[in-house]
Amino acid sequence: MPRRLPVLVVAGIIGLAAVLLLPLLSPSLVTLLALILAKGIVVLGIIILLQAGQVSFGHAMFFGAGAYAVAFYGRYVGTGDMLLYLLFGAVSGGVLGLVVGLFVVRYREIFFGMLNLAFSMVLWSLLEKMFHYTNGADGIRVARPTIAGMAFTPEGFSYALLYLTFAIAVAALFIVQRYLESPLGHMLRAIKSNETRLEYLGVSARRVLLVGYVVSAVLGGLGGSLVAAIQQIATPEFAYWTKSGEFVFIAILGGAGHALGAFAGATVFEFVRFYASAQLADAWQMILGGVLIVIILLAPAGLIGLLARHRGAEPPRAA
Amino acid sequence: MNATIAVLAALDGISYAALVFLVSVGLSLIFGVMRIVNVAHGSLYAYGAYAAATIGLAVAPISPWLTYPGLLIAAIGVGAVIGGFLERFLLRLVYGRDEALQLLITFAVFMILDNLQRVIWGVQPIFAAVPLQLLPNISVLGVGYTSYQTLLLPGVAILTLVGLRYFLRRTLAGAVILAVTEDREAATAIGIDPHRVFLTTFILGAVLAALGGALASPTTSLLPGIGTDMIVLSFAVAATAGLGQIEGAAVAALMIGLARALAIYTYPEFEVLVPYLIMVVVLLLRPQGLFGTARMRRI
Repeated sequence: MPRRLPVLVVAGIIGLAAVLLLPLLSPSLVTLLALILAKGIVVLGIIILLQAGQVSFGHAMFFGAGAYAVAFYGRYVGTGDMLLYLLFGAVSGGVLGLVVGLFVVRYREIFFGMLNLAFSMVLWSLLEKMFHYTNGADGIRVARPTIAGMAFTPEGFSYALLYLTFAIAVAALFIVQRYLESPLGHMLRAIKSNETRLEYLGVSARRVLLVGYVVSAVLGGLGGSLVAAIQQIATPEFAYWTKSGEFVFIAILGGAGHALGAFAGATVFEFVRFYASAQLADAWQMILGGVLIVIILLAPAGLIGLLARHRGAEPPRAA
Repeated sequence: MNATIAVLAALDGISYAALVFLVSVGLSLIFGVMRIVNVAHGSLYAYGAYAAATIGLAVAPISPWLTYPGLLIAAIGVGAVIGGFLERFLLRLVYGRDEALQLLITFAVFMILDNLQRVIWGVQPIFAAVPLQLLPNISVLGVGYTSYQTLLLPGVAILTLVGLRYFLRRTLAGAVILAVTEDREAATAIGIDPHRVFLTTFILGAVLAALGGALASPTTSLLPGIGTDMIVLSFAVAATAGLGQIEGAAVAALMIGLARALAIYTYPEFEVLVPYLIMVVVLLLRPQGLFGTARMRRI
């Protein structure tokens, strides 16, 4: 993990300005920006696990759990408050993360990835087939909640949600960065570099990874409940394996060496998708695939790595 | 549940298992030799299916029997062209790189192929059941079923299993592949070109996936998303068996195929769930798979 590079601080300030000012210029960007930030929060969780050298190809299960926590609340209890939704989403992600985590942290590399995939596909098929509870593939609509007790017009809601998402994203970024720089975070990285030595120091690698796993699951749940509120729907696709792949994609695209990479990657990903699908009809997926190949071959440290290298600073390590 | 349904479920399960086996054994072979999980494997299945349907619909007016060589040509063509291109121009660039990056590059290929597939063949379902209708129906224990699904598909699967075993254990080319798998450095030292081995293996695996798709095309309607579903399913089979296990893949495919067919006739809502549930349970008890011997971790 590099020291906080000035260039990254600059990037952060640009991001802040973009979130605060762009929507005022172009209202159509409000939802897009909120989506970017929400996805970035999920990808922060992927980056935590990548620090330990583990790729989760099933993280969409926490994303889906957060989204369906909101959807189920709306369906069975009644429309609630956004803050309650967030709490509910984070707790669902965290509890599921703890249960699944207790099993998966015993495994590494391909076995870790496979088990995550298996668990996420179990959740997906339940969401898809338990039609009476989940409406199957159609998903559950999420009614517009109040935010901290205040009711909004549809337009006002999208702005309020954007700023709320931004606040959570900043808090999550700060906490994750602090976590990765803490002794616990360093131990997490030691799982990647030399797990045996970590164990010889008397540290339980499993416990260290479990903490990281639950944190990343909470972030996944938070992101899921935000996206469910932004898009006003939760569908089984939220938990499908391609969604998991998308999150890992964004992490590598942005750069897994620094927490800011999550948001850099999400920005490029969503903007390419937004504009490519508007301009080139059905080619956005091809374009994104091409971008990913170029990044992997030419800049494996991601966009953040490019930025750091450009300034002559020591580049962050690749994932 | 009466006897007729039990026979039906068994026949469904066997014909389905045959298809899944072809795809997952290709995935397993590629992983066993190259240590790469090919996320684009399901796309090769889908391209095999679409190519076979396209060729089939083109040649059927001339003679319906031409659709059979069409299936084979589609499988070999798709596997050799796409598989060869992928290994030679993409995967070769990332050998020895981080595992996450290798996985992700095949994910990027999946995204591109998936998109291209919708551009080429559209999103409307395509039906090409000519090969299925050509062969007569037969009666198994009083239950009528197509002989395409009860005889041809399992036949091809068994032939593939035996052929692969023979190829890897009894021929020089197979021995070369095993040598590179066991110890790449030593194999290189005695003059084996690992790049050629990787290319051969990848094309072989890709042809198997495409063959699975080509053979599946007469039995189902082709829709976008068939490849996306197949990759996780073949992955579940390969992981349940143990990655790299060829005979194991056959057993796991049969297990998952039969369990799934049974679910369809008893609790249809669990149809999709069953394969993944089996995978979770097996991996929790034996992370190396039913037949694998891999170590959990180095400590």
